[in-house]
Amino acid sequence: MRFGVVQFPGTCDETDAVLACERVPGAEAQLLWHGDRSLEGIDAVVIPGGFSYGDYLRVGAIARFSPMMESVVRFASDGGVVLGICNGFQVLCEAGLLPGALLPNVGLRFVCRQVGVEVVNAGTPFTCATSAGDVLSIPVKHTTGRYYAPDVELERMQAHGQIVLRYAHDGNPNGSSNDIAGVTNEAGNVMGLMPHPEHAVDSLTGSVDGLTLFRSMATRVAARA
Amino acid sequence: MPDATLPTVEDAVALGLTRDEYALVCEKLGRAPAQVELAMFSLMWSEHCSYKHSKRLLGSLPTEGAAVFMGPGENAGAVRVSGDLVCAFKVESHNHPSAVEPFQGAATGVGGILRDIFALGARPVAVLDSLRFGEPTSERSRYLLDRAVAGIGHYGNSIGVPTIGGEVYFEGPYETNCLVNAMAMGLATEAAMIKSAAVGLGNKLVLFGASTGRDGIGGASVLASAEFGEDDADKRPSVQVGDPFEEKKLLECSLELLRLGLLVSLQDCGAAGLTSAASEMASKGEVGLEIDLDVVPLREEGMEPFEIMVSESQERMLCVCTPERVAEVVAVCEKWEVHGTAIGTVIEDRVMRVVQHGAVVGEMPVEALVDDCPMYDLHPEKPTTPLYPAPEGSLAADAPLRDTLLALLGSPNIASRLPLFQQYDWIVQSRTVRRPGQADAAVLQLPDGSALAASIDCNGRRVACDPYVGTVEAALECAANLACVGAKPLGTTNNLNFGNPERPEVAWQLTEAVRGLGDACRALEAPIVGGNVSLYNQGVDGPIYPTPVVGMVGELPRADAAGRMGFLVEGDVVALAGWNATPVLEGSELAKLRGDALPDGLPGYDLAHEVHVLDVVREAVRSGAVSSAHDIAEGGLLVAIAECCLAGGLGADMTEIPASIDPLMVFGERKGGFVLSGPRAALEALDVPLDVFGTVGGDALRVGVAGGEAVSWTLEELAHAHAALGPLFP
Repeated sequence: MRFGVVQFPGTCDETDAVLACERVPGAEAQLLWHGDRSLEGIDAVVIPGGFSYGDYLRVGAIARFSPMMESVVRFASDGGVVLGICNGFQVLCEAGLLPGALLPNVGLRFVCRQVGVEVVNAGTPFTCATSAGDVLSIPVKHTTGRYYAPDVELERMQAHGQIVLRYAHDGNPNGSSNDIAGVTNEAGNVMGLMPHPEHAVDSLTGSVDGLTLFRSMATRVAARA
Repeated sequence: MPDATLPTVEDAVALGLTRDEYALVCEKLGRAPAQVELAMFSLMWSEHCSYKHSKRLLGSLPTEGAAVFMGPGENAGAVRVSGDLVCAFKVESHNHPSAVEPFQGAATGVGGILRDIFALGARPVAVLDSLRFGEPTSERSRYLLDRAVAGIGHYGNSIGVPTIGGEVYFEGPYETNCLVNAMAMGLATEAAMIKSAAVGLGNKLVLFGASTGRDGIGGASVLASAEFGEDDADKRPSVQVGDPFEEKKLLECSLELLRLGLLVSLQDCGAAGLTSAASEMASKGEVGLEIDLDVVPLREEGMEPFEIMVSESQERMLCVCTPERVAEVVAVCEKWEVHGTAIGTVIEDRVMRVVQHGAVVGEMPVEALVDDCPMYDLHPEKPTTPLYPAPEGSLAADAPLRDTLLALLGSPNIASRLPLFQQYDWIVQSRTVRRPGQADAAVLQLPDGSALAASIDCNGRRVACDPYVGTVEAALECAANLACVGAKPLGTTNNLNFGNPERPEVAWQLTEAVRGLGDACRALEAPIVGGNVSLYNQGVDGPIYPTPVVGMVGELPRADAAGRMGFLVEGDVVALAGWNATPVLEGSELAKLRGDALPDGLPGYDLAHEVHVLDVVREAVRSGAVSSAHDIAEGGLLVAIAECCLAGGLGADMTEIPASIDPLMVFGERKGGFVLSGPRAALEALDVPLDVFGTVGGDALRVGVAGGEAVSWTLEELAHAHAALGPLFP
């Protein structure tokens, strides 16, 4: 099982994401340079957090035009498993792989905080190692994390089980619609979330709850193989 | 050289040089300086670059020790950590730019100190900050705080370096002159470290990073080395604008150039831009440099030679490589989408030669620029009348115990820093074992299971009361913070923020503070490996509180044994450990709330005793003998206990305090006291003055003397009071 972690200029969490992926037994991880196109040998893609291209113009707006993202879009449409974390979530929305958009936090400030994240749908490739109702302790850190989609879209997503993660215990840190913390596309093979599971893989630094997402991905990839 | 109209002595004065210094420049050159030369001298001979009022004093500081890998003189100091790892660290100020434009001032302060770290070949792994503002009742102070915090976060968060700690104080004397100091830490292997000396005749000088513009012209001389007056809006063009995205690319590019072994030396462009960076490289390498201005990538056309040479445009680095390597260096720059341009050559003549359109527009001996600035003796004189007015009181002297604790917990200097810290990413890079609020010092785990700890501190009001003792206290506080997580100091950095040193009373504060810093760091075996001096922090109301900010880095053998401040185990006993003298109210936070005047002098310390207590506390944390450890600081013992309750989410019962207790023990302040919790036998075995006087448990803090009536606060009440800074960040 090999994870590929995309690195844009301005990506910050790529090393942490690689280390998190490698904590999954039997998994390896490698960086994917934004200017390259090859996804050869990659079983799942992670787009990590940071400030790709300085987040100029609009968060995630420039990264979607990189050569690597063209390959990622193809990979996703072929059913490949793609996880976008924080800035990666923003990039996936900009690339049209995920519905909705991320808006500035209601407080208009950067928020760094450990939050409870409730699993709403445990049937996705990203949550299959969890159970619905589990509350994972995972940190958030962002300025632009307020998930928004029109009501009609939200209802449709709800019906298709695309709302996968919610902020628990009234702990919505950014004003997201319906406390949404993470969503998938309709096919279920692409997920974006604002919390940082790669920063919840070591009890010494806070929590190991984020590891289940990477384990889920590995499980799903193994099942498909 | 073209004989254009030469600048006059009046021009030199306008740039910050004295008439005597101008005459000395003429003498060193054997002629009057051209415009670009005068600009370069005015910066290199500014206080900011030359330390002309402080260098002699700083010579008395201890700089050697077993762990020191690189002492003062390079871009940052460095200490050996574990295995072949080295930790580079330094604190620097960006006070005056932040007072003029707090967001960019603070942001570029972070950017500048990060470049100092990766210029050594170390990857930045942490930022800590030290902030001072006027009272939050002032609208201007609230604005400065809000924007400075946003600026620090903007830069640190965007570049992927965690902000793991820091401190902020609010005091009237910072109203017109806020302080923004930032400390950065970096990690490298010994072999990967690089110096800044330009060597190898014929080698090429490559400028890489952002292009050069007109921003920050004269920042070091005009802004950093003069008092503030009434017309500071005019100084806005001297503040630089930061771009963390550019710096992120520059950081990765620099580290990749080093990894590939392409560089001979590396230096960052900070204050005084190319002028300072290049002449320092030439000076250290005992060579000269010829710089061709025609090839420097510029942001705008028609820039004068002096503008190019002194521009403080951010996110630029200088490196030296062999001529054969230039193409490879430029290729790596292209990969990271930064400019990389060979702009100069290492030459034998020990001069800085500036060439434009094929003609020499400036040529100065390197030594004259870097070493020949006149050094000035200070003329210290202890002031005979108080320098600072008494703080405005907000709490009656006879306020009951109950109200007093709540008032202290909610006072701006003690209230929870969470509303600030949650605007910073303290997580990225996956090393942060103790985040802000969890322990007295921040803790970063290392690959071998050991850990680094860091703390930054200085209570300027205490230093104003007694510059010597107050500075000793700042160093003791850092060491105490380290001890509480189980760390032993490896080295110290400092930022001496003072008023105008040409004034005798400020010279006295500075002299006494440096004496205190030296004595404390010698006793703590925490040598000074680097630092910065920021003088002229003085507005129309007078000087700031003298603020020698101390940053200390330590190590602990096991990250998983790092101490915490919060009470952890119900039924543990609570002990006061360490004090060999009764604390005093004078100069305390409570005295401030009561509006008491600052005392003339503070009680001193037996440093041998303090070092012994620190050793015992550190070992108790490392061995797991204690469940929690927290040092007693602002607000005194009862505030420290309340903080332990809040951090652990557990109450404490202290209703059996001996009736003979001195009331000063409750709110008086003195370093060297600790609140420890743990099993009774383990605490009583510690070889320090120690009183067990309570038990951890419940959801309230209850205090009373034996047989008397108890005063009680619910945790909710305490938390509400402690959250007083929240409304400042709606």
